[in-house]
Amino acid sequence: MQQYIDFFNSQRQKIDESCAPLLNSFREKAFDTFQGLGFPAYQSEDYQHTNLSALLKPDFGFYLNHPNAEINPHKVFPCNVPNLNSYKHFVVNGCYYREPMAQELPQGIFSGSLNEFAKQHPAVFSEYYNWQVDEKGDGLAAFNTMFVQDGYVLYVPKNVVCEKAFQLTNISGGKVDSLTNRRILVILESGAQAKLLVCDHTTDTQPLLAATQVVEIYAEENASFDFYELEESSPNTIRLTTNFVQQADSSQVIIHNITLSNGITRNNYQVDLEGEHAETHLYGMVIADAQQKVDNFTLINHHVPNSLSNELFKYVLDDEAIGTFGGRIIVVEDAQKTQACQNNHNLLGSSGCRMFSKPQLEIYADDVKCSHGMTTGQLDETALFYMCSRGISIQEAVLLLKFAFTNDVLQSIRLEGLRDRLKLLIEKRFRGELVKCQGCI
Amino acid sequence: MSEDTNDILNEFTNRDYEYGFSSDIHTEFIPKGLNETIVRTISAKKNEPEWLLDFRLKAFRYWLTLGMPQWAQLNIPPIDYQDMIYYAAPKKKEGPKSLDEVDPELLKTFDRLGIPLHEQKMFSGMAVDAVLDSVSVKTTYKDTLIEKGIIFCSFSEAVQEHPDLVKQYLGSVVSYRDNFFAALNSAVFSDGSFVFIPKGVRCPMELSTYFRINAMNTGQFERTLIVAEEDTYVSYLEGCTAPVRDENQLHAAIVEIIVLDRAEVKYSTVQNWYPGDKDGKGGIYNFVTKRGICKGDSSKISWTQVETGSAITWKYPGCILAGDNSVGEFYSVAVTNHFQQADTGTKMIHIGKNTKSRIVSKGISAGQSQNSYRGLVRVGTQAENARNHSQCDSLLLSDTSGAHTFPYMDIQNETAIVEHEATTSKISEDQLFYCNQRGISTEEAVGLIVNGYAKEVLNKLPMEFAVEAQKLLQISLEGSVG
Amino acid sequence: MLTIKDLHASINGREILSGLNLQINAGEVHAIMGPNGSGKSTLAAVLVGHPAYEVTQGEVLFEGENLLEMTPEVRSRLGLFLSFQYPVEIPGVSMVNFMRTAVNEHRKYKGETLLSAGEFLKMMREKQDIVELDKNLVNRSVNEGFSGGEKKRNEIFQMAMLEPKLAILDETDSGLDIDALRIVANGVNQLKRPDNAAIVITHYQRLLDYIKPDIVHVLYNGRIIKTGTPELALELEEKGYDWLK
Repeated sequence: MQQYIDFFNSQRQKIDESCAPLLNSFREKAFDTFQGLGFPAYQSEDYQHTNLSALLKPDFGFYLNHPNAEINPHKVFPCNVPNLNSYKHFVVNGCYYREPMAQELPQGIFSGSLNEFAKQHPAVFSEYYNWQVDEKGDGLAAFNTMFVQDGYVLYVPKNVVCEKAFQLTNISGGKVDSLTNRRILVILESGAQAKLLVCDHTTDTQPLLAATQVVEIYAEENASFDFYELEESSPNTIRLTTNFVQQADSSQVIIHNITLSNGITRNNYQVDLEGEHAETHLYGMVIADAQQKVDNFTLINHHVPNSLSNELFKYVLDDEAIGTFGGRIIVVEDAQKTQACQNNHNLLGSSGCRMFSKPQLEIYADDVKCSHGMTTGQLDETALFYMCSRGISIQEAVLLLKFAFTNDVLQSIRLEGLRDRLKLLIEKRFRGELVKCQGCI
Repeated sequence: MSEDTNDILNEFTNRDYEYGFSSDIHTEFIPKGLNETIVRTISAKKNEPEWLLDFRLKAFRYWLTLGMPQWAQLNIPPIDYQDMIYYAAPKKKEGPKSLDEVDPELLKTFDRLGIPLHEQKMFSGMAVDAVLDSVSVKTTYKDTLIEKGIIFCSFSEAVQEHPDLVKQYLGSVVSYRDNFFAALNSAVFSDGSFVFIPKGVRCPMELSTYFRINAMNTGQFERTLIVAEEDTYVSYLEGCTAPVRDENQLHAAIVEIIVLDRAEVKYSTVQNWYPGDKDGKGGIYNFVTKRGICKGDSSKISWTQVETGSAITWKYPGCILAGDNSVGEFYSVAVTNHFQQADTGTKMIHIGKNTKSRIVSKGISAGQSQNSYRGLVRVGTQAENARNHSQCDSLLLSDTSGAHTFPYMDIQNETAIVEHEATTSKISEDQLFYCNQRGISTEEAVGLIVNGYAKEVLNKLPMEFAVEAQKLLQISLEGSVG
Repeated sequence: MLTIKDLHASINGREILSGLNLQINAGEVHAIMGPNGSGKSTLAAVLVGHPAYEVTQGEVLFEGENLLEMTPEVRSRLGLFLSFQYPVEIPGVSMVNFMRTAVNEHRKYKGETLLSAGEFLKMMREKQDIVELDKNLVNRSVNEGFSGGEKKRNEIFQMAMLEPKLAILDETDSGLDIDALRIVANGVNQLKRPDNAAIVITHYQRLLDYIKPDIVHVLYNGRIIKTGTPELALELEEKGYDWLK
């Protein structure tokens, strides 16, 4: 931790140099917070299985002051998700990749660089940027604010409905151990609707590639937002994300977090349902083998009556993979008629893998419908036998059942092109044909 | 059978905490406070061997290095461990050899609690060890039991009469290093029960210990040790009460159970320590470490608890399933009302192959109380084919109470099947109205429905306790329906 | 026995009963028929004091006393019984325990001595036979896992146990096959005495083949629009309700 404090103190000018002054204006306070809190302590209740201090101990290089990276994303990732018509954006090692030609966007939508947004829309930026980090953040989120260089903003003004999805691809690579700190800000004004797909990729499998990412999502009244996150990185990555979601009356947010391949991942989600009839659907799927580690932590706060949350996380673990699911739902006093449902189901495929699960409910209102369930086990032997007795090979039967296990998460994806693509990728993954990322999906 | 249960339930009318009286018994205290001298004094009072004093001192020194655990969903006011008496005993000549020598006031106390210590008056088929404050005052049916080779006596007596057994097993399941309260108990424990069932013996009657706190400003630190050798069975019951007092009193007990091949121990608790008044004043702080080890093949431990008392409950009776094919069970009903807080659950540690565990927890919260289930299920790497099923339900009877579920599942073997489910609900208005239409008042309807809700657990209790427990559920919820 | 004068009742601010009048005397069986949504079940619910309904106007006297001021359990103890259209399941509470509590509450209210376990069981056995209720059902939880027919029989069994002065059968025939219907109706008929009365709420005539009403009322839009002899029921079966509107 001290190394980052020293770095911040000594390199402040370089950190600020290529960023919008408005963005820089948030660093000082974040620094105070980080100094006060540090990284969340290992083995504390919410960090029992991820040791942030140890993960961030190496002497990482920072990418500072580089408006456009040496990587040309179009060359590295030429492939597209077929049938997914989207506005494409890239963030390379934490910096937004400026396209030579700007894309035409409908009705006042901003989709682009965080620094650019700070310059073009200073008032909106000041109103939303970092507000949730300040309100709810821990040391890790503050750390991101201290060092963030750039990121992506999606701003959809009042009542604008955008059918076409936005797609952001995060690309990390390089020759030395590096730590990038990137940011996503999503603002949907009342009645706005949009969909965003974020994919994480790495170009190199050698040096240690660590990244922190803070996502702040604001869904105002009646807004609807679909957020799909897909990690397809490599064993040399460390991904630490913090996602804050703030929802007003009758807003609807659907989140999918899918880890197909990775190194060490910790995803934090905090959803605050501040408006009545607000709805959150939070889905997760983890496919991990070798020494992959995936730790998903979710916190959903029902602050007002009549809100709904529905959570489903599924893990398929093999080899020596370690999966962690921490889920907490808090229903405050007076948040009557809350509906909250939390489920975590896991498949263990080998004797070396390990699953920690902690689905938790904290309920302070009586007229609620809340439940949670967790199962960890293996494929149903009678189903396997039944399939074999019909002439299906055991390998194929296993594959079919594993695939069926992931199906309900896939079915809840509302981007058809992405759903089809994922089905293919997951099947390949289960067949062992997908070793690492194969182009952008 | 269930008919009789219902009878008593139905004829029951609402009462306050009925064990709230205190008795005027001549009591011997040691000075307030906790230090090495106190630990030595307790040990000396009990005329303990050197090794036991060593054990206490080690525990005490370790305790000094610890802080109170903070992780529970409990709001525990600061406890001044120096402002407490660690040993209080009814004055007596020399350990009562026969009932005639027991202080009549003492007999009266236990009579009022419904625990007659005259064998002829007792429930047939139940032997009782009665513990008042820091010492055991009387153990019944000892002679009948000894004929079968069963040892059932106070812990102090076991230290004198069966030191080898005590030395072999003491601290073998709950080490003094286990946690803050375990260390404290290991340093200052005063009495409790000792049970030893020799190979091949099925204990012919229920064994029971009745704990009573009477003295003021006194903590109770008892220790229970149960050893079931190969091919044995014993059902053990524990009950507890305390007088109504404005101060909070501390109860920090340890229970250790060792079960060998094909043996089974059924441990039932009806915990009814004084819960404090309706404004949250007074009540017992109940910080208990209970754990059993299924050492042998095909051994079984079954915990059943009905928790209605105490201002604060911190308690996680667990099973270490070390033997292959061993089974652990945990059935719990926890009721909190007024300002009570409970953080209770279990630990199921699967180590052996083909081990099974089952958890059924029913939480009922009323008033301004907070009620949490906290449980760990761990399947070790060698625990092939482990099975666990947990069902944790919460029933909320007021919009100012809280119901929380904190399961922890750590699965390290791919052949395991672990399932957890939990629901939170309130009593439906349809159910209440249906009862009303049949002439049943709302208060009574709530009692019926709550008992129905807890039935799966109550059914696991031995008969006499089940009746007691059903009554308790209703008393505990008295005044909780608005 | 029961006098309803100008009864208005609403649920969630919506008026369902709008000026209903009805007089029922001891020894009578009244059938109340009417199309869906006419207020039949509301009338039953209001009479037994369901909290979801609000009485906005009118008067209901039961044996001369103001029924509307009483809690549901007091109405029950005075002898009002509703056979629910949808009986409620109460997990974990055995029928035995449930009924014993109810019967003893009734007895307590009337100043009678409480039944011992033995007496109570004897009474249960007798009453079970009336509706040919499976002996095992009483050991199960209230209505939990009962089939539709079992639930309805269980309602009539409870009626036999509580011996009401005025029984209200709300769509007791719905969801019953012919055999079950016969059993339920037989049960009701056996319980009929000169000093008690019944209101049979039904949509169809077929129940009335088994339970013979003395008087038939047609309820429509929250009022009784026609009252007649049992022949009225047959006429309704033939012509439907439209000709009355």
